[in-house]
Amino acid sequence: MSETTLTLADVCHEVRSKNAGPFWMTLDLFVKDDEAYEVVSDESFLNEQRIGEIYRVEPSTIRMFRLPELRVLKISFPRPVSQGSLHDRDIHAGQHHVPLSVLAVPIPSRRHGSR
Amino acid sequence: MPIGMLGGGFPEAIVEQGMALSPDVIAVDGGSTDSGPYYLGAATGKSPDGSIARDLRLLLRAADEAGIPLIVGSCGTSGTDAGVDWVAGIAERVMAEEGIDLRIARIYSEQRADDLKEHLAAGRIHPLPPMDELASETLEDCTHIVGLMGHEPIVEALQAGAQVVLAGRATDTAVAAAVPLMRGMPAGPSWHAGKIVECGAQATTNPRTAGIFATIDHEGFTIEAVDPDTACTPVSVAAHMVYENVDPFLLTEPDGVLDVRNAAYRSLDGRCVRVEGSQFHHAAQHTVKLEGARISGYQTVSFVGVREPLVLADPEAWAEVLREYLFLRTEQALGLGRDDFAFDLRLYGHNAILGELDPASTASAPPRELGVMLIVSAGDQKTATAIAKVMNPYLLHMPTREMDYLPSFAFATSPAEMERGASYEFVLNHVVDSPTPTALFRIEIGVPAHV
Repeated sequence: MSETTLTLADVCHEVRSKNAGPFWMTLDLFVKDDEAYEVVSDESFLNEQRIGEIYRVEPSTIRMFRLPELRVLKISFPRPVSQGSLHDRDIHAGQHHVPLSVLAVPIPSRRHGSR
Repeated sequence: MPIGMLGGGFPEAIVEQGMALSPDVIAVDGGSTDSGPYYLGAATGKSPDGSIARDLRLLLRAADEAGIPLIVGSCGTSGTDAGVDWVAGIAERVMAEEGIDLRIARIYSEQRADDLKEHLAAGRIHPLPPMDELASETLEDCTHIVGLMGHEPIVEALQAGAQVVLAGRATDTAVAAAVPLMRGMPAGPSWHAGKIVECGAQATTNPRTAGIFATIDHEGFTIEAVDPDTACTPVSVAAHMVYENVDPFLLTEPDGVLDVRNAAYRSLDGRCVRVEGSQFHHAAQHTVKLEGARISGYQTVSFVGVREPLVLADPEAWAEVLREYLFLRTEQALGLGRDDFAFDLRLYGHNAILGELDPASTASAPPRELGVMLIVSAGDQKTATAIAKVMNPYLLHMPTREMDYLPSFAFATSPAEMERGASYEFVLNHVVDSPTPTALFRIEIGVPAHV
């Protein structure tokens, strides 16, 4: 049984990012099971402050939505760089899920099987 | 709805399977802002003519045989007037080839800066977050401005006898919601169904397939996949409300706000999903969202590949020297100061995509290769290319600090410089209070397109 730390990518079917119009970015986490969702959706784990640190955005501009029936956590914030401008290196914002997906989740991995 | 975007391509069988479900309308979205400001700024479509013609041919045949309307929204990617005329020209050509005779309505959604300046002066234009109040110069700077129509202009065109509606910029949802609303179905289920189907099979268990089918009634709606081996589940349908939205519960349309907080999703037979409880709150003031793009500069790109391990060992240090030379040489050779141009130096293979947000440790192993992209932006193309050319020998030979010789790196193309032409930026994220739901849009039926 593995004791290695699980990441958000491990406990989710999918962690994705995408534009929500030219001026917003949105991140969706689809969590695999209720046990992991309880941890992932807990405000002590993910909150506006922590997201702000990871993405270097002002926490007050971040909007978080929790959809327990779907085991979805959704996070939206204004794009720091407007879409398609000189310094925009991810036109669809489709690769911005990675800083979130590598976060360690405080769940012992053996309960989820080793990966 | 055969697919999320006209021109994306779908199997011919999907149209047959979809038509076997006896639809009242075929609706398909033709655009989005998702690919960036260029398509609006330059009024150019993202798909080639051939892809649009191929998809339209199948849909026009099906609509003609079944005697039902075909509605295409946001024609030509950005929904400019040129985009509507482009798609109309293709549709007319295809119909002539197929011997089909359907009445086409074109709905134009482009807005004149002068008209909007009057609305602005009258206090009828309001910013949406994260934007500030609009300056009238911003309107003048835009090469193209479109307003997002709701269902109303589409309904007006259908009621005037149109069999094919080619709409300029429209909300993704309006294209599918128009016919149910016209037939008197309640707004909650009509708009909610419109949102669920807007990306085709995205809301099914297999988004790689094509086609989605919604049946709207007075109590709610039922949704199913067109592909017989694919299903809609309560999760696949409900999850689509989070897709590309800031808010998964509320969606603003010109006529009000779709509210799905009380919507209940249940599986009917393992393939279909029943949705009830969707609400729509009609707004007192009809609002039309504006999209506008302006030229931000003219760009030239150079791209060089690096395999030299001494560079790969510390790409940042190498790039830092390159940046110093860029400022030095543009001043020496071209007399340009730091504020006369802008550039982005991207180290693909190192941290080009996420930059300072990248969670990878700086101690991680060096990349195998480095793709070095220099993008120069200046007020005109000639200057941008001159700066890129001045940097050509440095991209080719830039040594690391410890080398006492000049290496040569791997340019990807000759010439190394690629002129990108004008580049654009989105500058509007505002709504205008519209006196009536159709006042900002122009409908033309039957007369030939201006192509």
